[in-house]
Amino acid sequence: MNKTINQKAWFFVIPVFVLVAFNAIIPLMTVVNYAFQETFGNNVFMWEGTRWFKQIMLSERFHASLGRQFLFTFIILFIQIPLGIAIALTMPKEGIGVPVCLVLMSMPLLIPWNVVGAMWNIFALPDIGFLGHSLNALGFDYNFTQQIGDAWFTTILMDVWHWTSLVVLLSYAGLQSIQPAYYQAAEIDGASRWAVFTKIELPKMKKVLTIAILLRFMDSFMIYTEPFVLTGGGPGNATAFLSIDLVKMALGQFDLGPAAAMSLIYFFIVLLVCWVFYTLMMRNEGNQ
Amino acid sequence: MAKITLKDLSHSYLKTQSSDTDWAVRNVNIDWNDGGAYALLGPSGCGKTTLLNIISGLINPTKGDILFDDKMVSNLNPVQRNIAQIFQFPVIYDTMTVYDNLAFPLRNREIEEEKIKSKVHEIAEMLELSSTLNNRASGLTADGKQKISLGRGLVRSDVNAIMFDEPLTVIDPHLKWILRSKLKELHQKINRTMIYVTHDQTEALTFADQVVVMHEGQIVQTGTPVDLFEKPKHTFVGYFIGSPGMNLLPCEFKGGEVILNGKKIETHKKVKSNSFSKTEIGVRPEFINFGSEGIPVKVLSVSNTGRHKIVDTQSESGKIKMIAKPNENIPSGSAFLNFKKEYTYVYGDDWIIE
Repeated sequence: MNKTINQKAWFFVIPVFVLVAFNAIIPLMTVVNYAFQETFGNNVFMWEGTRWFKQIMLSERFHASLGRQFLFTFIILFIQIPLGIAIALTMPKEGIGVPVCLVLMSMPLLIPWNVVGAMWNIFALPDIGFLGHSLNALGFDYNFTQQIGDAWFTTILMDVWHWTSLVVLLSYAGLQSIQPAYYQAAEIDGASRWAVFTKIELPKMKKVLTIAILLRFMDSFMIYTEPFVLTGGGPGNATAFLSIDLVKMALGQFDLGPAAAMSLIYFFIVLLVCWVFYTLMMRNEGNQ
Repeated sequence: MAKITLKDLSHSYLKTQSSDTDWAVRNVNIDWNDGGAYALLGPSGCGKTTLLNIISGLINPTKGDILFDDKMVSNLNPVQRNIAQIFQFPVIYDTMTVYDNLAFPLRNREIEEEKIKSKVHEIAEMLELSSTLNNRASGLTADGKQKISLGRGLVRSDVNAIMFDEPLTVIDPHLKWILRSKLKELHQKINRTMIYVTHDQTEALTFADQVVVMHEGQIVQTGTPVDLFEKPKHTFVGYFIGSPGMNLLPCEFKGGEVILNGKKIETHKKVKSNSFSKTEIGVRPEFINFGSEGIPVKVLSVSNTGRHKIVDTQSESGKIKMIAKPNENIPSGSAFLNFKKEYTYVYGDDWIIE
């Protein structure tokens, strides 16, 4: 087919371009602006080049929060993905149980982030919270406001509680779309339950799991509100993930230059990981 | 290898059943002889697939027993029954190669890799899959995928029966014909019981030695293709098989004779009793001739199919179709029809009266 060349077509791209400019490019540009300059207010800027970037890249504080961030994300992915699949597998496939389970599963997803944080904060308080008090009564020395391990445990538990449902719902949708003939054929072929899972269910869930992992990676990598309300990044800086650290730097210390540079680095890490992940998944798709 | 017996088998997908229509399959009694090639023929929704799934063990019947060689298997699963089944739409294991797909049923049964290899190559050869053995199965066309499904059904040599659930639906007509003859050939070679579900009479009649016709959950007739054609035991068999189907005309009994439009009709057997709410005469278009006397009709139209002419006529009791030779002269306007006595049957409430 011969494509008609008509430069006027660009005209039709303008509305999208304007929209994207206003909601993404222009706000991002202000960050870029701060990342390369120093300001003392009154709209007076001084060119600093890559100084802030160098400073951030070499700062131990950034390395530490980045490390905490990756550790947190990997732990929650490691728990939520298998747990979500496992729950989806045990959910009923038909009958009254389906809507009941679906509603129960979506409940945590409907709760606002800061409410989740506040809820878990109170729930886990060692003296009055149900979880905290019970653990102490059982003989565990539990105090998430003082002990690093407990703070991590509580933050991870909270995130698992809040977001595993998303993986469950996506996996469940994937499972439901498998034709009964596949299970029947597997039964005839004498496949074990494990073989049915690895040869039929997992491959058929691949697409939804890709989405689930991608969403959970991004959300957990950019997590802010819940740990901020729960631990405030503490004790010390133990649960200060990238976003929390960034806000501390930008609004707490008013180090706008380094904070802007850190934002951009942060943004590029997310972009890079998503791109790598997506490309790998799509390349697998193409090989089939 | 086994004779399969179904005894008083009924199945319903509902929890409680109030009328006959609540049953997907009802009162099925049938023997499938060892090594037979059977076709299970019937329109969509008549219970063919349900019956097949009951035999293979994918469905537990509501009532009745399944016996293999007179041994109860009602409570055994498909693996224990050792059945192969091929489904209507291709089922393949996406992540595996064609070879692994074909080997899968054998590997699950922990057969030595050497034997698997020779068996898979043999089947692949037969289905013309040899050149794609190392490809990913998910990259194949619908035809190719269904061939894999067929292959997985055929790869085990010790199965009690192989069941096909409309396996050629997704295959294009040319290949369909080839695969069907392959299956027929294979049946002669390995001599397994094969049950082939279809709604296509040509497919059923060419594949099977014995055709089982199902209608509304019941088996209405079992017989060779010739039996079904020459002596349908149920009006459904009469009009479902054959093109055009059997003529069915309402008739009555008087003084021990069958009367159609006030005229005495000679039928293949004398019918005396009449305790039916509906009685009909059935005769196939192939067994009707024009004559100088007989049933008066008006010729409505003639269509020439090349091999023969199909003549539509109108009698007092309804339309009658007949088939004439291509060179036969068709009278226009009024004519008289004669039914061949030995192929004219009487049906009471849809079942043949003998």
